[in-house]
Parts: sequence; structure tokens; C-alpha cells
Amino acid sequence: MASQVLIAAIFAMSLNLLVGYAGLTSLGHAGYLGLAAYISSWLTVKLGWSHASTAAIAIVGTTVIAGIFGLIALRATGISFLMITLAFGQILWGLAYRWATVTGGDNGISGISRPSPFGIDLGEANYFYYFSLLVFILVWIAIAIFVRSPFGATIRGTKDQPRRMSALGFNVWLIRWITFTACGFFSAIGGMMYVYYHQFISPHSLSLANSAEMLLMVIAGGAGTLLGPVIGAALVMLLKNVASQYVDHWVTLLGLVFIFIVMFIPGGIVAGFERIKILLLGSKS
Amino acid sequence: MSFWLIQSLNSLALGGVLFTLAAGFSLIFGLMRIANLSHGAYFMLGAYVGLSVIEAGHSFFLAILAAAVAIGLLGCVVERMILRRLAGDSLSQVLATLGIAFVIADCSLWFWGGDPRPVAAPSFLAGGFQILGQTFPRYRIALVIFSIFVALGLWLLLEKTKLGVMIRASVDDRQMAQGIGVPATKLFSIVFCLGAALAGVGGIAAAPILSVYPGLDADMLPIALVVVILGGLGSLLGAFIGSFFIGFIYSFGQALFPDLAYIILFLPMLIILAVRPRGLFGKITA
Repeated sequence: MASQVLIAAIFAMSLNLLVGYAGLTSLGHAGYLGLAAYISSWLTVKLGWSHASTAAIAIVGTTVIAGIFGLIALRATGISFLMITLAFGQILWGLAYRWATVTGGDNGISGISRPSPFGIDLGEANYFYYFSLLVFILVWIAIAIFVRSPFGATIRGTKDQPRRMSALGFNVWLIRWITFTACGFFSAIGGMMYVYYHQFISPHSLSLANSAEMLLMVIAGGAGTLLGPVIGAALVMLLKNVASQYVDHWVTLLGLVFIFIVMFIPGGIVAGFERIKILLLGSKS
Repeated sequence: MSFWLIQSLNSLALGGVLFTLAAGFSLIFGLMRIANLSHGAYFMLGAYVGLSVIEAGHSFFLAILAAAVAIGLLGCVVERMILRRLAGDSLSQVLATLGIAFVIADCSLWFWGGDPRPVAAPSFLAGGFQILGQTFPRYRIALVIFSIFVALGLWLLLEKTKLGVMIRASVDDRQMAQGIGVPATKLFSIVFCLGAALAGVGGIAAAPILSVYPGLDADMLPIALVVVILGGLGSLLGAFIGSFFIGFIYSFGQALFPDLAYIILFLPMLIILAVRPRGLFGKITA
């Protein structure tokens, strides 16, 4: 389960780039998971290519398609952007579901093997966990560098004051597009991890519900922070896997928790902790 | 020939159903700038409520009434308790509606179980009409007529009543309307309840052709979004024309290109968003 949290965290962190730092809320994120997963699994299972090459193709392919989507989606902002991303996610879902000859339709593609880098068989749960941890740490570092760089500052600028940024000579559209594509790139990595973990991919993983869940992770944890999406991912996965054993209707619980956070702690759990810290320790100027 | 006629009737019926969904969504967005992502859930819940009423032995008509009242009330509660507190923060409101959608969907699963539930059309509308040797299902014809009545009712409300004038004024220019004394808060509640009730009614009215199942909300919401974007946010005429347009595209698409049906559905929306974000008749750019 810990691997699941790490994988979910990768998705949440990449979505956070878009939602938290660029201020563009997207509801089509699960589509990238699906793209990477289907591309790689189809290549491995149907054509028998090696893991290294399929992973590379899947990641590059997904990033390129994300870039193309970005060209269209970024013609709008706010609600229109949300709806376009939702549409893209749904189109990918519809393709996965209906194009049965390629994707196996509702049955999905199964029997995907895990790679064996350097001869270590990742079929072992422990080894896979360390592998996911490693990938997670690498992604975290990459995103941290991305966000703390001067470019990261410009991204935040476009979220807070797009007009001023534009007046200052920044190409707001390009900044957003780069962020959008970067988001696709990291999601592709997440998609690869997802398909390796589950060794199976089906249209359900691309559903609107899944995209919404990812958005929940980011918002609940705290958009715009580095730790937030990770906490959010842990929360959702915890509810999904643990609470579901005790409470049949953990989705209702999740929804209620989400509504509570949105209403009372809009900064997410991370912001909540900040407030508690300030309450307990007194604010430091 | 008969294929085209039957599919056209199906398209019209679907269009009618979509109109009940899209009209509410469009009005809510036009007035309150909230993209109500729980709209699909209201549709589904209305269908479930109607289903229970029918299974308790009451008439279809009562089921429609019950759905309208129940979902309208739910909408009222949601608006007052949750959305009003987040006034001004559009993103939070949208996210809150997302959370509500999750809750409603799961609670529906809780109460009504996971099996798809078919709903029988009322007995006087079962069966078909024979026209020119072709059988047309009575219920679908009734649905089309019903949706036209709903559209007329909404049109009358918006064009001929004082409430309608206030709503239209607030959609066109909210700040000016508030400046001349239009009571925004009350208006918001009324419109949200109305939109939710419409969705609920749509749900039970559509149940004989769509049946009710978990996931109906996630199926209907994207289609409603496509209709609303195509027709234009805030415009009743846009919702009307958009619904039937999409009804045709979806029905014929399903029949002729089942593999690509979903893409055919979203393509018009993407084109419109890229070329004319206002939609065909929209008053607001989203």
C-alpha cells in the first residue's frame, strides 16, 4: 500500500504544478496516467518490446500529447480550461473504452510484467517499494528544483498577477504551456509506475472519478506547497484502503472531508498545520 | 429510412432530457458563476427518488413531483449551507460541488444498491404509435413534448415574470443589477433550487429510457457540459438548441460509429471553445 501512496503522490505533485503553482485547475489528469500506461503496456504485451524502450516511448509520447493538449486548452482560463481538460480526459477515457481492438475495451490490458533493472526482480513487493521510493524521491527533487528556480517564481507570478506579468514582458502563455507539458511529463512517469504496480490497465483508471480524486488529493493536502499533495495523496489512499475496511462508504467520508477542507481550511491540510503551529507557538514575524 | 426516423426520434428524446440538465446548469452558471459539478448527481438522485416513489406503488406523475421537490430542497440546503459561505471564491465553490457530487453518488449507492434499476414508463405511455407503418415508442414522443413544455415554462418565467427580469438582468450585468436593488442572495437560492429541481425532474423523466445506475451522474455531467459550452453559458436558447444538436450527434454517432462516439461528442465542444469561447448564443465568456 505504501507504494500506492508514493505513486499517487507522484500524480498529485504533478497536478499540483498546474493547480497550485500555475493556478490552472484541471480535471483531465487521469488521462495522462492512461496514455502512458496504455502506450507502454500495449507495446510490451502486444509487440513484446523491452521495458526500457517502452517506458521511454510512453513517457515521451505522453509528454508530446500533453503539449498538444496544452496548445488547445491554454486558449482558455478558469472554468473553460477546467471544461476543456475534462473533455480531454473524457475523450481519452472514451477511446480506451471503445477502441476495443487496441485497448481491450472494458477488459483492459493485463499481464504486464515488471521490469528488472540491473537484474533486480521488481516482482518482489519489497524491491518494488524501494523502487517506487527511489522514483518518488527523484520526482520530488526534480519538482522542488523546478519550483524553486527562477522559472518557478515566474509560474507563481502568472497565477497571482497574469496581467502584470504580461506587462512586465513575460510570455504568460508560454510559461503556462511549459508547466502544462511538465505536468504531463511527471504524470507519465506516474503512469509507468502505476502500470508496473498493478500490472494491469483498464479504462476505469482514466475515468472522471479518478481525475477528480487526484484533484482532491492536491486540494486537500494543500495546493501550491511541496508537501501538500503528498499528504493529500496519503489521506486519500488511507481512506481508500484502510477506512474502506471499516467503513463501507468511505467515499462519502472522503467527500465530506473534502467539503470541510474546502470550506474551512482552503489551504488544505498543510495550511491547517501552519495555523495550528501558529496557534500553539505564537506567530513569528 | 426507418433507421433515420427512429434515430431522429431517439435524438429528440435525448435532446429533451439534456435540456432539463443543461438549462439548470446554464442558469446557475450564468447567474452565480458556479460550474455546478454536482448537477449530474442531482439528475441521478432525482431518478432514484422517482424510482422509489414508483416502487412504493404511486403514479409516475407523483414520482416526477417528488423528484422535483426533493432535489429542489436539497439544492436549497446545499446553496445556503455550503455555497453561500464560499461566496466570491469561484474555485472553492466548484470544488465544494465536486465534493457534494461524491457524497450524493456514494449515498445513492448506499441506499439503492449497485445494480442498474430499470424504470417502467407509465402505462398510458407504454407501447408505440403506428405512423406510416413505422412503430414509434410513445414514451419518447412524450419526452420530447414534455421537454418542449419545460422549455416554454422556463421561457415564460424568464421573459414574462418579474423574477425572470431580475434573473436576466443579473446574468447580463450582475453588478449593475445589484446596484439598482436586485436581491442577489435570494435570487441565487431560487435559481439554484430551480436548476437542481429541473435536473431531478430530468432524471426521473429520462429513467424509462436510460434507467438508473451508479455512475449515471458521471455519464451525464460531461454531456451536459458539452451542451452548455456549445450553446453558450447563461442562455436558455443556447441550452435548447445545444441539447438537441448534441442529442442528434450522440444518437447518430452511437449508431453509426460506436467506436468513436465519445470523441464525436466532444469535438464540437472543443472546436467551439477554440474558435468562439462564448458559445453559439452565450452571454458570458466562461
